[in-house]
Amino acid sequence: MNEKIVIENLSLQYDDGTESLRNISLGIPENAITVLFGPAGGGKSSLLRCLNRLNDLSEVKTMSGRIWLDGENILDPKTDVIRLRRKVGMVFARPVVLPMSIRSNITYGLEVMGEKRRSRLEEAVERSLIQAALWEEVKDRLNDPAIALSGGQQQRLCVARSLALEPEVILLDEPTSGLDPISTSKVEASLQEIKKNYSIILVPHSVQQAARTADFAAFFLQGELVEYAQGKTIFTAPTDKRTEDYVTGRFG
Amino acid sequence: MLRKNFEFEIQHLKDEIILLGSLVEKNVIDAVDALKKRDMAASERVIELDQQINNKRFELENQVMIVIATQQPLAHDLRLLASYFEVISELERMGDYAKGIGVINIRIGEQPLLKPLVDIPRMAEKGASMLHRALLAFVNEDANTARSIPQEDDDVDNLYIQVYRELMTFVMEDPKNIERANWLLWVAHNLERFSDRVTNICERTVFIVTGELTEIDSDPDHKNH
Repeated sequence: MNEKIVIENLSLQYDDGTESLRNISLGIPENAITVLFGPAGGGKSSLLRCLNRLNDLSEVKTMSGRIWLDGENILDPKTDVIRLRRKVGMVFARPVVLPMSIRSNITYGLEVMGEKRRSRLEEAVERSLIQAALWEEVKDRLNDPAIALSGGQQQRLCVARSLALEPEVILLDEPTSGLDPISTSKVEASLQEIKKNYSIILVPHSVQQAARTADFAAFFLQGELVEYAQGKTIFTAPTDKRTEDYVTGRFG
Repeated sequence: MLRKNFEFEIQHLKDEIILLGSLVEKNVIDAVDALKKRDMAASERVIELDQQINNKRFELENQVMIVIATQQPLAHDLRLLASYFEVISELERMGDYAKGIGVINIRIGEQPLLKPLVDIPRMAEKGASMLHRALLAFVNEDANTARSIPQEDDDVDNLYIQVYRELMTFVMEDPKNIERANWLLWVAHNLERFSDRVTNICERTVFIVTGELTEIDSDPDHKNH
């Protein structure tokens, strides 16, 4: 299994000291779903935000360590952040659709980047909607406003929008926290499909979702990486007592 | 709060498994006792109790399934509930051995036993005692005790070999003894299998505690008999 991202001794502290990462080292494999889970304030979202430099916008007091993506240290100040974010897409907890048609939601990013060829745009719409398991539901109404879609459909549209730019890594921060079980299972099914071509890093909204989706899972507690293992191991026989206590609901 | 509910349900299941185990334990002792005394009515009761054991097994499996569905357990809790399935079904099969002995007594009917029973009741007592302690270790998650109990299976195996040899001498003396020897050999075989299954319960205890699924071998030399 090739490692797409290698995190080396990453430490981070915010100005107000609320959340931090303490000396995290972790390899994220290609073509797999890696889940970052643990109680709130453990550092999982902070780590996710480091992976496409969203923390540039936060009040960070200190940050050290390296994050290698295809051999390039993305924390290097010289890194082209726009290019990085194209390579590393992100989907947030609440779907944010643009106030335009379903089709335009997908093509917007590509058009901003200068893609004008209609055939390319149409191809991207179909491909990314199929990958996000939304195509069958919307193919006959691509010109309808995206806002008319259900919450679950909107979230899959956000996944599709991110896929349209052909990123290599997709970060998802509790992408199904506001969705009903059926929409949740559709999003999860689409993740299983798209992981064949992408590296996926997911912060799940529950331990059960972590167990359902994880090829690999990293348990974070108070800024520390407690345990990192294959999903099938960590949710049946974790080695660290703190992981055991958390996944069995003794705290968190 | 959720954890409290879960622990309450687990405690309830543990109590029920102990109850099921005690029915099986009682039935194997009663089955051999009925054979020894040639008490047909007692054997009928053994067969009836086995029906209760079978019903209890389905009832408990259903309860375990409900806990899995509602609590979605992971890690230790998942191993625990998966092991409950296994142990419940082991107990049901052990109950079948007791019932089998009850059926044999009735089938022997008016014929006298080939010989007075000495080692066969010992096998039953040993097996019942192993089961009793194995189930306590199971609910208390005592892996050390669980690892030690299967060693005692050798005692049962040795008694079985002894019974076998003794019955063979009767057969060699007079081939007309074959049928009556065969009935008792069948009883001894049931008891030998009964204590083998105690080992399976012990293996589940180790699994719950350590997460490792391994066979506990009492004495490999005896496995070929």
